Formats: sequence, structure tokens, C-alpha cells
Amino acid sequence: MNKFSVTDLTLKYGDFKALKNVSLNIAANEITSFIGPSGCGKSTFLKTLNRMNDLVEGCTITGQVLLDGKDIYNDMDVNTLRKTVGMVFQKPNPFPMSIYDNVAFGPRAHGIRSKSQLDEIVETSLKQAAIWDELKNRLKKSALGLSGGQQQRLCIARALAVQPDVLLMDEPTSALDPISTLKIEELALTLKKDYTIIIVTHNMQQATRISDKTAFFLMGEIIEHGPTEELFAMPKDQRTEDYITGRFG
Amino acid sequence: MRKMAERMAAYRKRPGSLVLFLLTVFSAFLVCLTLLLIVGYILVKGLPNLKLSLFAWEYTSENVSMLPAIINTITTTLIALGAAVPVGVCAAVYLVEYAKRGSRLVALIRITAETLSGIPSIVYGLFGFLVFFVTFRWGYSLLGGALTLAIMILPLVMRTTEEALLSVPDSYREGSFGLGAGKLYTIFKVVLPSAIPGILAGVILGVGRIVGETAALLYTAGSVAGVPSNWLGSGRTLAVHMYNLLSEGLYTNQSYATALVLLVLVAGINALSSLVAKKLTKR
Amino acid sequence: MQTAKKSKIKETLAKTGFFIAACASIAAVAIICLFLFANGIPAMGEIGVFKFLLGTSWKPLNNSFGIFPMILGSIYVTAGAILIGVPAGVLCAVFMARFCPQKLYRVLKPAIDLLAGIPSIVYGFFGLMVVVPLMQDIFGGSGKSMLTASLLLGIMILPTIIGVTETALRAVPENYYEGALALGATHEQSVFFVLLPAAKSGIMAGVVLGIGRAIGEAMAVSIVAGNQAIMPRGLLKGVRTLTTNIVLEMGYAADLHRDALIATAVVLFVFILLINLLFNLLKGRDKS
Repeated sequence: MNKFSVTDLTLKYGDFKALKNVSLNIAANEITSFIGPSGCGKSTFLKTLNRMNDLVEGCTITGQVLLDGKDIYNDMDVNTLRKTVGMVFQKPNPFPMSIYDNVAFGPRAHGIRSKSQLDEIVETSLKQAAIWDELKNRLKKSALGLSGGQQQRLCIARALAVQPDVLLMDEPTSALDPISTLKIEELALTLKKDYTIIIVTHNMQQATRISDKTAFFLMGEIIEHGPTEELFAMPKDQRTEDYITGRFG
Repeated sequence: MRKMAERMAAYRKRPGSLVLFLLTVFSAFLVCLTLLLIVGYILVKGLPNLKLSLFAWEYTSENVSMLPAIINTITTTLIALGAAVPVGVCAAVYLVEYAKRGSRLVALIRITAETLSGIPSIVYGLFGFLVFFVTFRWGYSLLGGALTLAIMILPLVMRTTEEALLSVPDSYREGSFGLGAGKLYTIFKVVLPSAIPGILAGVILGVGRIVGETAALLYTAGSVAGVPSNWLGSGRTLAVHMYNLLSEGLYTNQSYATALVLLVLVAGINALSSLVAKKLTKR
Repeated sequence: MQTAKKSKIKETLAKTGFFIAACASIAAVAIICLFLFANGIPAMGEIGVFKFLLGTSWKPLNNSFGIFPMILGSIYVTAGAILIGVPAGVLCAVFMARFCPQKLYRVLKPAIDLLAGIPSIVYGFFGLMVVVPLMQDIFGGSGKSMLTASLLLGIMILPTIIGVTETALRAVPENYYEGALALGATHEQSVFFVLLPAAKSGIMAGVVLGIGRAIGEAMAVSIVAGNQAIMPRGLLKGVRTLTTNIVLEMGYAADLHRDALIATAVVLFVFILLINLLFNLLKGRDKS
């Protein structure tokens, strides 16, 4: 079953074509990783999946992105889309408020006011993000006092709190130490039974460790896409091979 | 110590440099001396004249109490802030969160705001007089004076709010949008709360301007010495009170005391503003 | 879908609200222009533009409204303030940006802020009580003169000049300074002959801003300038500026006299517009 089905997507910043006729299907309840050199368009592509590129001035998009068969650029309210397709950013970006308010932010934005309901959501989300035990006694403390790794897991909990189907992760561990990175990777593996996860990464070991499928991006195009093991063991395209063997990028 | 000796040696070789150095030190000293002179003079002359009777409820020609003027100052400040802050903050929100960069309209808004901040306060006073006294037929009124001041501090509130909003990291906005929160929700729940110290610092600076202002109020709020029964009555603020004491020329001692109160008030307000602003940068 | 539609309406309404607020400054400038010009221009017409701007006699009782003495008064007093305030201010800014130890800076900076915060009426009071008697002692006469007003205004514009100059100096790339040092220049030479020229247009912008402050100041000047509505006769004689002309007579003026005062404000307003324009040109040049 395909979660996302993208056909012929082209994205331009002004005159610059950041994505050129990209087509890709992404299966549900799997981890898909996007790899490629910096500036290849992998993060840009990730952001088209929950329309974060709408925020960029002068950005135009043609082509079609279907989420569960629905066109996200035409048949869907953008806020509903982003609720369904959550996002975790490169740098942990907790809001300058308490841990509790950070997690409750999404549900509140979508109209949940009841205290008991919010309490429950906060607890489940933090548990899902495997950080409840560390934080349960300091929920009222500022989120900015947490370590980088904790902040990132808090951001994952915050994203989970709006009950998304899909989790987009834009290089979520690039700002973290190895131990925190491992924790996030473990977390991703446990989350995939309930969520579809798409992760952009610079780290090819990370892609092989956690992802089921991998797509290789180069200069705004998808060069190769397939099961991770296959792509790394027997790349079909010379350019993929060059990249994964470290000849460039 | 060795550094000092090295410098001395360099100065011996190039005496011009020593002269330049001494010039800057002298200028800085002169500026400080001037400040000390002004503040010191007003403190020394004001403190002995600061009597409790100057804070009596009633102003009479025997006892030129400044309490009514202080009450008027507070009223005027509150009305002016009530008008200027919502408009100024909303305007800044539009400029930072909505407006497209490089749009003509935004350029026009910036130019007009800059023009407003350059207009002399006496011109504001005259304008307020023409609008509120003449056209609206309010006569001299606190409301007219306060609204005149509101226009005067509008660019200040706009600019400081804009700076405060710009200093809110984009990652906060992205985080909120990424959770499916709407723009309005993001602005009110994430962006504005993070910008509050900066906005507050600007507003307090505006209060300082209002409290110290005379020329814009002289012909709008007028100079009646009591507290008017409503906002459409005339009343003098503390700075106008000070001006009247000076031009009547009969109350030198009371003028010292009033100047002291005015100075301490405005200096305190400005210090508070930079304190709040510092809190912002610390975070 | 229903809620999505509702929230869309809310978003649009809010955006419109913010937009209207943003236009407030445009509206304010438009209304100020409208009221000033609508009252001032006809008065100028009635008096005669040349008679008004270049007339040397201001005698409201004789229906003679020439503001040339006040225009000159404003220019002279402002020029005096610049002569006094700019050298002291720029040198002080140089000290603060490049010579001052960190500890001293932490005292100096708030002191300059305090100087900026003192209300103009308090400056006027200080001028009247301290500077005027001082001038009397030194030069004789009333002590209320062009020189006194210039001196006081020079002090009042110090914080503006210092603030803008300091910012401009700090904006000069550090490698300019290091480059000069590497050529064997002393610290002072590097600062004065490399940094200062590099910050020139920023400093000029500060000076222009100071001119705006000085020309628009009313209360302090009205207290110490003497205010004689005649052609300026010298540094130690009384003088009346455009601003003080309005402050002094607005309280009792009527009819053409009142409109002539509004026309005075129009002239002042145009001065300020020109100064703003100059300021923006200088600032724009700094960027490029």
C-alpha cells in the first residue's frame, strides 16, 4: 500500500530548478531514507510532502503529490495535511515554554482544551518518544534547559502528539552526539509499526541501519530508489555507486 | 605594565597619536562632566526642595502641588499606549510576518514611519490642535493630547516590535507550522510571546517619551493645573507643569523639586527599558 | 472541511486587520500633511509667499508676517549646535568604540542613555538656571542668546551623534583596522585615518539626524534663546527660531496670525522632510 505517490514533481525557487520531474512511491509503515550530496534536493523534496515550502517566497511547484490517494496541493487543507504529516527538524527546535506546553502545543492548536485529555496525550506522546521516564518529574520546566538529544526526542514527542500518520525527519541527528543519535534511531525503528517514516540523512551508515527503502538524490533528480540492502550492495547506477563508495559528495 | 611602556615609547616617536588619544579622552570626560553637572545640579537643588506638601491632592497658587500633574501624566500615558501599542504591534506583525519583501507598499510604510519619527513635537502639537481642538471642537483635552502623543510614539513602537519579531528564530515558526498550527495561532502563541521582552522595552521607551514631552501637549491637552473630571477636560502633565512653573517665574524652589521628580521618573523608565531589553538578549 | 473554511475566514480577517494597522503610519503622515497644508498654504497665499518666507519683519499686530528672521535663527542655532556637538560627540564615540576599557564602557554607555532620556524641559530649566547666569557673568547682557541656545542644543544632540557614530565605527570591518596596524600605524592613526573615514557616511547620517533634532527642538530653546522676533544680530544677542515662534504665540493667536503660525509649522515640516531625505540618501550610500 502506497502512503505517498509523487508524480512528475518540479519545484523552482525563482528561476532555479531545485527538483526536476521527480516521481516516487513511498510505502506505508516503512522507513524510507533520502541520501545524496548537499544541495541535491533531498530536504527540499521532504518539505514538499507537508508543504513547508509554502513558507518560502518565490517557490513554485508543479506535478502531483498524493497522500492516501488525495492530492495534497489541491484537495487538502494545509493545516490538516501538516497534522497528518508531522515533521522533525534538523536542529531541535523546542518552543521557549515548558515541556508540557511543548507537547500540548499541537493538540491545543487543533482545538483540544480538556485538561485530562491533554494530560493523557502528553504522557502517551512522551512515552512513545521514550523520554517519559526522564522528564515526567519536570514537565513544568522550560524545554530549553534540556540537552540536545532530549530536545530532539521532545520534538518527536511533540510531533506525535497530533497523531500523524507520517513522520518526516530532516537530518534529525546531525546536531547530536553518537549516543543521542543511537537513541533516535532506535526510536525510529520502534515507531515504524505505527507510522510511515521518511528520513533525510547525510550518514549512509544510518540509512543502512534503519531504513527499509532508500532513494538517492542528485542535482534535483532521483537517480535510484529501492530496498536499502540492494541499493547499497548492488547499485544499478554508476553515480549511486560513486556516491556510496565515497568518490564524491 | 610593559604594554604601557611600549605605548609610551610609541607616543614619543609619534606625538600626534598622543594628542589624538588625549582628545578622545578629553571629549568623553567633557560629555560625562556635562551629564554629572546637569544631574548633580538638579539633585542638589531639588532634594532640599522636595517637600511632602508638593504631593498634596489639590493644586493651589500657594501650594503648586505636582500630584494632579502626575495623575494626568499617568492618564495620558495609559490612553496614548492604549491607542499606539495595539496599532504599532499589529503593524509590525504585518511587516514581519505577512508582507512580501521588496513590496512598494512596505517601502511606503517604512518611509512614512521614518517621517513620523522625524517630525518635531511642536508640529505634532499644532497638528493635534488643528484636529482635536479646532475640527473636533473638544477644546483642550487630555484625550486630544494623548492621541497626539499616540501618533508620535507609533513609529517607536512599530520599530522596536519589528526588531523584536525579527529576532524570533524562524525555527519556532517552522516548528509550529509543522504541527499543523495556523498562521494566526503561530503568531499569537509562539512568535508574540517570544518577542514580549523586546516589545515591552520599546513600549517603556515610549512611556519615557510621553512623560518627558511638553511641546506636543501645550496646545492639545492645555495647561489647566487640576485633574479634569473626564478625558475631554484639559489637564497638564508633569512636564507641562514644569514649563508653566518656569514661565510663571514665581516658583523657583518648586521648579527644582519638579525637575528632580521628572528627571528621576524618566531616567528610571529608561533604565527599566534597557533592563528588560537586556533580559531579551540574555535568553 | 467546515472548520478549515472557518479558520480560513479567520486568517483572512486577521491579515486584513494587521494590514490596516500597518497602513496607520501612511494615514498619519497623509492626515498631518493635509491639516498642516490646508491651513498653512492659504495663509502663505494671503500673506504672499515671498513676503512670508523672505519678509524680515514679524509684527502680528500690524499684519506683517515675515518669518525670515526665524528661518535664519533656526539655521544659526542649529549650525552652532552642530559645531559644538559634533566634534565632542564624534570624539567621544571614538573613545567609546576603540579606546575605552570594558569596565568604563559599562558606566559610560548608560550615562549616554541617561543624557538622551533627560526631558527637553529639564534641559531648558538647567539652561535657564546655570548656563544663562554663566553667560551673563562672562559676556554681560541678558545671557539669553544664540550662543546659549546653541550650547544647550549642542549638549542635547550629543547622545544622537555619539550613538550613531559608535554604531558606524563598530560596523567597519575589523580587517581595515588590522591592515593599518600591519603597516606600522599606531592604534590612534589606524582609528583616525582608516576607521573614521570608512565610517564617514554613517557619521554624516548621525550629523543629519542631529540637525533634525536641533531644528525641531522647541521647549529648551524657547527658554534660553531670548526669542526676539527680529533679524539675528550676533552670537550674544537674542534669537527666535521657527519652533519657538509657534510655542510662544500659538496660545493667543487668532485668524491670519494663527494661520501664519501654522504656515511656520509647514516650513518646519518641509525642512524636516528634506533632512529625512538627506538622511536616507546617506544611509543608502552606506549600504552600497
